[in-house]
Amino acid sequence: MLAKRIIPCLDVRDGRVVKGKNFEGLKDVNDPVRLAAYYSDCGADELVFYDITASAEGRKLFADVLKNVARNVFIPLTVGGGINTLEDFDRVLKCGADKVSVNSGAIKNPSLIAGAAEKYGNQCVVLSMDVKRVNGQFVVFSHGGRIQTPLDAIEWAKFGQTNGAGEIVVNSIDTDGVKGGFDIEMLKAVCDVVSIPVIASGGAGGIQHFIDLFKSVNVDAGLGASIFHYGETNIRQLKMALKDAGIEVRL
Amino acid sequence: MIAIVDYGVGNLFSLSSSLKKIGAGCVVTNDKAQIENAGGVILPGVGAFGDAARKLKDSGLYDYIKIVAAQGKPLLGICLGMQMLFDKSYEYGEHQGLGLIHGEVRPLSQYVGRLKIPHMGWNSLKIIKQCPLFKYTSDGDYVYFVHSYCGVCADKSDLAATTDYGAAVTAAVSEGNVFGMQFHPEKSGEVGLKILKAFAELTEERV
Repeated sequence: MLAKRIIPCLDVRDGRVVKGKNFEGLKDVNDPVRLAAYYSDCGADELVFYDITASAEGRKLFADVLKNVARNVFIPLTVGGGINTLEDFDRVLKCGADKVSVNSGAIKNPSLIAGAAEKYGNQCVVLSMDVKRVNGQFVVFSHGGRIQTPLDAIEWAKFGQTNGAGEIVVNSIDTDGVKGGFDIEMLKAVCDVVSIPVIASGGAGGIQHFIDLFKSVNVDAGLGASIFHYGETNIRQLKMALKDAGIEVRL
Repeated sequence: MIAIVDYGVGNLFSLSSSLKKIGAGCVVTNDKAQIENAGGVILPGVGAFGDAARKLKDSGLYDYIKIVAAQGKPLLGICLGMQMLFDKSYEYGEHQGLGLIHGEVRPLSQYVGRLKIPHMGWNSLKIIKQCPLFKYTSDGDYVYFVHSYCGVCADKSDLAATTDYGAAVTAAVSEGNVFGMQFHPEKSGEVGLKILKAFAELTEERV
């Protein structure tokens, strides 16, 4: 049976991993290459590697940092941040990424999803969305969650799937950094309308939150950052607890 | 030395990095002489079957891969590279494969019911036959899959491993010196590195 995936996310700025509550007050945590190798060794199923400042400031990911991660990590690696064109896809795939995550770049140019899926295959294209409730509606935000767009998250998820996205990451701005649990309501709303894998992001504060997540909604993976970076939760212990709770995981 | 066939598809950086990690020499190449000199050959591949088969033909290596296999050199097809070992595929039309493993490549949706397509993520192996590449692999080991189509062996004795995704889906095939993995050993952590190590050892025996 397919295992539920646990995915540490490495938000990177200037070659260092950062993570802050609600995207504010970024704090330097660790070296991405060391952290990636550590996570791979302790049982992470996949890694997501975001340049969180790239969309806002037009920064490009540094190829050598990516390559060093890919040389040390033999699990799937997703790279995002500043992906606006097919050339950006090409650039990070050549550095060892397996999947490329598009967010603001796809909002600016929605045809990027279909173009990349055609060129690199659906499995390569991850649609990542930062979503917040506005007047009772799930609304997509761009630029690291700073700018509200006119896009309805449910419609955007459907558009992504129809145009060839192979996976969707749903990051709830409402629960991100709060450590009060994943946004089950928002995730259910997305899972109800798509048949491709959905990755839950935003809100993980402890082991029980992952158990609640997988018990309540048919997501394929749970993503976390600070919960892992600060050593609050050990991935191996988390996976043992999931297994004890009857959830299929890779141990 | 292992030759990774470079015909313009697939993530060869990860594959060559993983071979370096286990200490196996490798070269990423589309040069027949380098493939000729290699102890073993890996045929990678991602994307659509028809497109990849055309690129392999354009590279002038399509028939050469069959010659290499006939010479008895260990050949490992990975993901779409495994599917290309079969006689034909029904991915967006009907396409001819290398015919090194008898059978067809069909949409997973025909077999797995309402489960999500692509089959993406870590799934466990059920070893059907003890092929040399599973020397260090145990039943139940997890490996990483990403695919929407699956190989269906005409000759069940070619089936080396399956994985449970609503049905027993072909995970690995082997016939003599020809091996195929539907999953990505280069992305399957320690388990995958050990499968590549077993393949590297086979190739060293020939040098």
